[in-house]
Amino acid sequence: MSNKLIHFFNLTGLTWFIPFIKIAAGENPARQVRELWLIAGVPIIAFILFLGLWSFSASKVNTSLGAIPGPVAVWQEIGGLVKAHYAERQKEAAFYQRQQARNEKLLAENPDEPVKTRAYTGKPTYLDQIFTSLGTVFTGFVIATLAAIPLGILCGMSPVFNTALNPLIQIFKPVSPLAWLPIVTLIVSSVYVTTDDSWFEKSFLTSAITVTLCSLWPTLINTAVGVSSVDQDLINVGKVLRLDWRTQIRKIILPSALPYIFTGMRLSLGVGWMVLIAAEMLAQNPGLGKFVWDEFQNGSSNSLSRIMVAVFTIGIIGFMLDRIMQSLQKVFSFGQTR
Amino acid sequence: MKIINMFTAKKLWLAASVLTISTNLAAAGKLEKEDLKFGFIKLTDMAPLAVAYEKGFFEDEGLYVQLEAQANWKVVLDRVISGELDGSHMLAPAPLGASIGFGTKADIVTAFSMGFNGNAITVSNDIWKQMKPNVPVADGKLIRPIKADALKPVVDKYKSQGKPFNMAMTFPVGSHNLKLRYWLAAGGIKPGYYEPPQDISGQIDAEAMLSVTPPPQMPATLEAGTIYGYCVGEPWNQQAVFKGIGVPVITDEELWKNTPEKVFGVTQAWADKYPNTHKAVIKALIRAAIWLDEDNNKNRQEAIKILSQTQYVGADKEVLANSMTGTFEYEKGDKRPLPDFNTFFRNSASYPSYDSAVWYLTQMRRWGQINEYKPDSWYLETARKVYRPDIYLAAAKELIAEGKAKAGDFPADTGLKPAQDFFIDKVAFDAGKPNDYLAKFPIGLKGKQKIVGGKITE
Repeated sequence: MSNKLIHFFNLTGLTWFIPFIKIAAGENPARQVRELWLIAGVPIIAFILFLGLWSFSASKVNTSLGAIPGPVAVWQEIGGLVKAHYAERQKEAAFYQRQQARNEKLLAENPDEPVKTRAYTGKPTYLDQIFTSLGTVFTGFVIATLAAIPLGILCGMSPVFNTALNPLIQIFKPVSPLAWLPIVTLIVSSVYVTTDDSWFEKSFLTSAITVTLCSLWPTLINTAVGVSSVDQDLINVGKVLRLDWRTQIRKIILPSALPYIFTGMRLSLGVGWMVLIAAEMLAQNPGLGKFVWDEFQNGSSNSLSRIMVAVFTIGIIGFMLDRIMQSLQKVFSFGQTR
Repeated sequence: MKIINMFTAKKLWLAASVLTISTNLAAAGKLEKEDLKFGFIKLTDMAPLAVAYEKGFFEDEGLYVQLEAQANWKVVLDRVISGELDGSHMLAPAPLGASIGFGTKADIVTAFSMGFNGNAITVSNDIWKQMKPNVPVADGKLIRPIKADALKPVVDKYKSQGKPFNMAMTFPVGSHNLKLRYWLAAGGIKPGYYEPPQDISGQIDAEAMLSVTPPPQMPATLEAGTIYGYCVGEPWNQQAVFKGIGVPVITDEELWKNTPEKVFGVTQAWADKYPNTHKAVIKALIRAAIWLDEDNNKNRQEAIKILSQTQYVGADKEVLANSMTGTFEYEKGDKRPLPDFNTFFRNSASYPSYDSAVWYLTQMRRWGQINEYKPDSWYLETARKVYRPDIYLAAAKELIAEGKAKAGDFPADTGLKPAQDFFIDKVAFDAGKPNDYLAKFPIGLKGKQKIVGGKITE
């Protein structure tokens, strides 16, 4: 039981809990406490030191929006944002009520009136922006993965294909999202025609595709490396057994390359998250990036603390995304860690 | 067919006519599109949009509107043209610029002026210190309005040292650009010419170099020292006072009394496709404008509360209140009454008049954005294509019929006003004679003059 738990916590990266389980299982408590001190105590103290340093130095820097907010001000701002979220929800409920009343009136006047219920037109709250950003980054990431893995496998299996694609990869890999954005925006606006019932907003597509273009490369390169470094013996066995190429990919290449692919995807998701915020800021597309930009432009006395809340949110979400990918990677690594 | 009894025939005719009238009415009221998305820039003069949304005027007209802040005026124009936005808060000359093809070519129309005045010209503390000794004083107080004459020696000093004198505005075909140029030129400082399509930076033969900065970034850019001054709408001048980084020297109300500032623009195609929706939008906006100016600005405090929300302007209430309640703080502590600093309805502030369109066209011609001679008739024709008081008046008529507005508050006809000289340099403007008007300015293109290869040629 305890071994299973330890394995689980190791997989998910929640190593803080392992010493407690070991103590519970009756192992030497002194050693476990030392262990706990190392993996939990030290980082906590470091973080407290960081907060202290921040709080001390923040009050020393005066910007045109007032002093830089310290940890307390930022913490209070979180409360303000949550309150704003609930206030907006109340306004939303009132909006739906008014709309319903209006639709009922229209139907009473004319039963054939094509009434429709439309989404709330008010502003998205901070929490809404977080979910918008998460949705966008996943869409971009999934498209990137779907494109990069097959291409990566092709590159890994065929040296000719690899040499053909290599220059393109090298050129496009370092391109910043800010350079892709205008191109993507122009292409999406001219190719994608929206109507009232369109599934996606143009801005959503622009952000997602920009994320795709920037987060494609780590998965692609890692997949190619993973596939090309599959043990030659395994490939030879496949040849002896005369497996057709599809079975070969499924039974031999993919399982051995999987740890590499996951490393690539983990890197890709990290890049994607970073790129997304920049893309949202520049293109004013909904999400956390727009929140930051709007607050920068507002220039109110709360703006700086709000931006800092966003910075921490972006960091924590990025960290969690990475942890999730890391856990997946460990699951698929069959015991090897890379 | 037998002979129909006259009586029945008459009744039939009556019934038929009643039927057609009622179907006509239904057709007139039918909205082609109910879900709309409008853009705006974080400036207090976007207030009619925020008020129409928050006070439910859009919903009263059956419209479900989403308002979305935009990054800069270029994005606004692009998104309206691409259809991502149904319409937007725009600089008054922007639809004119688009229709004649300066920068982006597109047919954009406006049937609603979003208000008069609301801008100021701000210089950095350092420039103000150098300028202040040149400003004439009476009774220990500076004589306002301050003319660019006071800035001229400063610019000359920079010029003699070989340093460029940088200032910022918000968009080439924008009211801030043209007003800043007007003020500079009235004080003898050359703001530079355009030579489209080769040169659209507008710095040919310039003593003050004007560049583009989005409104909310003005204070930060001034603070960074990249520019020495700017012309922008509120709250970004009062923000500079609050932050202690700059001093507004003149408001646009003093530059030209009741100057048209922003408009609500849509594409010509949109207006043609959704005429009823368009009229409904204008109705809601007119009501918002009335609400904003009602009873001696009694609603302004509530308006400030609306505007201070993060999704609209988002600046602190006291910064917004400074200009929205009819006062203006020049230097810190020097707060003076300027009752008409932001007007939305009174004095026909919401009426899209041809005069304002023609004035902006003359200024675009003056600085070479329109780089060849145009006959007087061309100015009015262009204004008529872009500014649509007919739609405004149709909307006003419906509001009057519904008892939501008073007939006396609207101008009756769409003609031009007589010549007026409410300008800082007292040059009289007659919208019927644009070329004569241009000839009166010592600085600027006139007659058949043209910029060719960076030089003025006859």
